[in-house]
Amino acid sequence: MIQPSAETLRRLVQPGRVHRSLYSDPAIFALEMERIFGHAWLYVGHESQVKNPGDFITTRLGPKPVVMTRDLDGKIHVIRNQCAHRGAQVVAAECGNAREFRCCYHGWSYHTDGRLKQVPLVHAYPPNFDPAVKSMPPVPRVASYRGFVFASLAADGPSLAEFLGPIAASFDDLVDRAPDGELEVAGGTFKHTYNGNWKLYLDNLLDAAHPLFVHQSSIEAAKVQDDSAPSDGTGEIAVRQMRQNGAPYPFWESQVGIWSYPNGHAFLGDYHDDAKLVAAMNDPVFREYREALERKKGAAEAKRILDVRRWNTNVYPNVSFMSQFQQFRVVHPLAVDKTVVYTYVFRLKGAPERMFRNAVAFSNIVNGTGSLVLTDDLETYGRITMGLASEGAEWLEISRGVGSDQPETDGGVRGKNSTSEVYLRAMFDAWLGYMAGSPRLAAAAE
Amino acid sequence: MDTLMAGDELRAAEAFLTHEAHLLDSARYDEWLALFAADGTYWVPAKQGQTDPFTHISLMYDDRRLLETRVRRLVAAIAHAATPSAVASRQVTNVALVEREAGALTVRSKFTLVEYRRNAQRLFAGTYIHRLTRASDSFKIASKRVNLVNCEAELDGLVLPF
Repeated sequence: MIQPSAETLRRLVQPGRVHRSLYSDPAIFALEMERIFGHAWLYVGHESQVKNPGDFITTRLGPKPVVMTRDLDGKIHVIRNQCAHRGAQVVAAECGNAREFRCCYHGWSYHTDGRLKQVPLVHAYPPNFDPAVKSMPPVPRVASYRGFVFASLAADGPSLAEFLGPIAASFDDLVDRAPDGELEVAGGTFKHTYNGNWKLYLDNLLDAAHPLFVHQSSIEAAKVQDDSAPSDGTGEIAVRQMRQNGAPYPFWESQVGIWSYPNGHAFLGDYHDDAKLVAAMNDPVFREYREALERKKGAAEAKRILDVRRWNTNVYPNVSFMSQFQQFRVVHPLAVDKTVVYTYVFRLKGAPERMFRNAVAFSNIVNGTGSLVLTDDLETYGRITMGLASEGAEWLEISRGVGSDQPETDGGVRGKNSTSEVYLRAMFDAWLGYMAGSPRLAAAAE
Repeated sequence: MDTLMAGDELRAAEAFLTHEAHLLDSARYDEWLALFAADGTYWVPAKQGQTDPFTHISLMYDDRRLLETRVRRLVAAIAHAATPSAVASRQVTNVALVEREAGALTVRSKFTLVEYRRNAQRLFAGTYIHRLTRASDSFKIASKRVNLVNCEAELDGLVLPF
């Protein structure tokens, strides 16, 4: 595989357009794994998934299997899931609690922080064999922000706080909504795959112009649904969300905004206090929740928290989440045209249990592998892969809204409205930075 | 040991499940929906042994309202994920009575579903648990639970009902 030069890479991202090979060339994918997923801070998991000493989960950093563990002293580590002896995967379970990890092959065992603990037949090794330097190697850097654990495969680089910048406020929004100030991953994980590039997922999650077309079938089906048909709450939430996807362009162009930031992060947010986008703002469960929040945080603080109206937030390159329904999605690239996304639901501690139930119902409809909504997104990613194979248009457009982007005082750039592709331009600026060491192109794009 | 099903009852339940599978294989989803009770539910858990559809995500969980919308999307709308549409063949076997109440039966069966779409074939298998209520000379589905053997797998979109 020929590695493209920095000069070649810089030619592939131009003002308002990107070359199709960014979504289809295996050589570029391999380089992305090295330069983007090998350097950026990647979300690994939430501290609530490893609550107690010895708790662990297995996951991936990009395509690489790793284990997130809490050692017996309570410190969180991210270690490679590979035995230092003959290379076997050590931890096979998805999650659990262990005092040590032992390889299935020859029984080498490891402390919960990855250090080698014991080697059978150690007397038979030569004198220069040093167990102290063998390990399930820890990832060079691990840091967490308000319970969200990130890791970087690069020993050097910006701190997590520098990497996140102003987008950290989206995590604040999610955590602050918990009356007890804490979140907990609960309710299981969707694992949906698609035949397409990893970037398509992040492209789509902030794309306010796609629902009317991609989700036409579920919008039409939901619009005429008889609301007197029996529902235990599941259908009510699902049908409301599907109808919301059918909001006309003027809604997306006047009621919803989009903000992008350095390093490719961005979020969709509401300009106005609009109950349509919010979980049953007027229902008894929400009133009970608001009261719980006010009791714990005071009325003024509760109002401040609930007035934040962020819809999806992307943290480039592997996370997209939404605080209003406590949804969290993690992108794992497997190949240039194969991606798997793991999605999670958070329980807001101190909130009524029914809030969590609503979040589960919402997850089923927007993240569910068998959802009426998501299946059309997954199909679209596959169609893009098939379309790119046609090698028609060489360049893909990312120019909608160019010329109307507004710089913000916090270093962000605000699109004219939510249909602006400003967030795509921000992601490709970041892409160029990682891939070719190029400065941001935002100014050039104007 | 499952309660032995009286011959007639067993044949009636088997015939019902076979009919249901035939309607689904024939993409006669409106008629499939009509098999459900007015407050019937349809559930495909996302976890082995999942205890409820409310505190854990599900691959599909439809109360009557959502089931109506699911079927309407397949029948009346043009879903991209169903263009081209899939072709499927379902086999239902090992039918057994799990519980008998006044006016209702809980029936367990095994199924395989072969799905073909756009040059790719997928094989699904698992257990159906139907709660059937008596309705004139047949049954209505009060609830249908589908335990997939691979419900915890990484999967591309699931469009067809099981």
